[in-house]
Amino acid sequence: MIHTENLTKKFGDRTAVEALTLDVREGEVFGFLGPNGAGKTTTVRMLTTLIGPTSGTAVVNGFRVGQNDTDIRRCTGILTETPGMYDRLSAEKNLTIFANLYEVADVKGQVEKYLRLLGLWDRRADLVGNFSKGMKQKLAICRALLHEPALVFLDEPTSGLDPEAARLVRDFIEEIKTQGRTIFLCTHNLDEADRLCDRIGVMKQRLITVDTPTNLRQKLYGRKVVFHLRQADDALLARVRALPFIKDAQRVDNKLVLGLDDPETHNPVLVRLLVEAGADIQFVGELRHSLEDVYLSLVGSTDKAD
Amino acid sequence: MPKIWTIVDKEWAEVFKNRLVLFTVIFMPILFTALPLLMVAIGGSQADIGDVTDLPASYQEMCGDLTGSACFTLMMVNQFLLLFMMMPLIIPVTIAAYSIVGEKTTHCLEPLLATPITTAELLIGKSLAALIPGVLVTWLSFGVFAVISYMLVQSPELLRRILDPMWIIAIGLVGPLLALAGINVTLMVSSRVSDPRTAEQVSMMLVLPLLGIFFAQIVGVLMVNAQIMQLAAIVLVAIDAGLVSLGVRVFQRETILTKWK
Repeated sequence: MIHTENLTKKFGDRTAVEALTLDVREGEVFGFLGPNGAGKTTTVRMLTTLIGPTSGTAVVNGFRVGQNDTDIRRCTGILTETPGMYDRLSAEKNLTIFANLYEVADVKGQVEKYLRLLGLWDRRADLVGNFSKGMKQKLAICRALLHEPALVFLDEPTSGLDPEAARLVRDFIEEIKTQGRTIFLCTHNLDEADRLCDRIGVMKQRLITVDTPTNLRQKLYGRKVVFHLRQADDALLARVRALPFIKDAQRVDNKLVLGLDDPETHNPVLVRLLVEAGADIQFVGELRHSLEDVYLSLVGSTDKAD
Repeated sequence: MPKIWTIVDKEWAEVFKNRLVLFTVIFMPILFTALPLLMVAIGGSQADIGDVTDLPASYQEMCGDLTGSACFTLMMVNQFLLLFMMMPLIIPVTIAAYSIVGEKTTHCLEPLLATPITTAELLIGKSLAALIPGVLVTWLSFGVFAVISYMLVQSPELLRRILDPMWIIAIGLVGPLLALAGINVTLMVSSRVSDPRTAEQVSMMLVLPLLGIFFAQIVGVLMVNAQIMQLAAIVLVAIDAGLVSLGVRVFQRETILTKWK
């Protein structure tokens, strides 16, 4: 759906995006993470043809940036970081304007469809200036989807929303994901990225890494399994440590924290060994590092490298 | 064309809810129509003030065989008829000043530019949205002035001179051309400043040449006539063509989006 090759954007002497080579697959939710000023919004602007690249190439839905800009605008929707609406106009009028600009065939029908989908139909005649931030955000999402784009760019879609509104927006993103659309999601909310994204790209002027959230965790920390026992001692730890597939093992009170490459295969072996050794297993669980740990580790490592 | 009319529709729906713009569109035509009518009414009620030779030489030539009182009325009315040329400049400039800068302050410009609209369609839409009300209001006001003058002025000769074909050229052609120039300058300024009032103030400088003509007429240095109006129309067509082309070229989406905060 998106393919970029050494995509670079410079503003004077400052490089905002450096040699970005990236592939976003059709139908996936691609999370784009990075600190403020990392070049996320600049990348989105280049891919939506709002600004031109300094060098490199980008192809969006088969159309080349800089050559087929109008075609790209027709097949993409964008929710900008600060999605302004015409406050003096009604919600319905706001959407009607954009439906006309996007050359939607059934303007009235599409406007009604999205206002109903996001629960704004009853407020359609109200001035947008009287809407809450959450309602404005929902309306801006409607605007981004009115022309049924194959690819949607969402820049911080839940930023500044209360938990209820943020959840509603997230649920809606999951819903549009099931419709097979490709979603390019820029966010600072790592929990949101973890829940919604199929793959994640971490950016800081240049692309640091791209992978699934699970693989990113595994690459950085490996997989860890915690065995909660009624009673654990060092002898038990030594027996476990002797197993060839154990990468590392620690005892924390009555818990054994074990590093494994393939817990699905090795956990049954471990359970048998521990039971034979007389241990009472209370429960077993996987220790998950948060995406925040992964993100901070990746971004932090580039800081050191710089 | 549909996208241009969508922009026009959007601008009108939005801009006429702005009190300052609404005040300008309603109050100014009333004032600018009332002033020359007042001159007509005062002139009609005056006793004959004497001979035409009491007036400046340029007026004597213009008045021909009119009485002194009628010539004085014509002189006063002509001063204020220039206001009908300012009207199609001031109203569109007020509307256009809010155009691009208004989109920026409300953060609507980015989603707007992300649609398949071209820069030319956007600018033409915004220009028409500012031009049409200004020109229509001016023509309507001049129509009202003509009808009331017809009812007030007793002398057919004076009426013929007040409603001189020169003013038809001035208000029907030069005014709209002037307005188009004003709008294009305003849109260019509006895309580079962060406050609608700044855009309006900078663009209002365009009224200065008209004010110059207004005062030059008062002191008798210059007499606006049909030749001057025709020349002005030709010059303005050239200026407008240049400004429209320049406006599209200087409207840099990237600069507006990235440099403006």
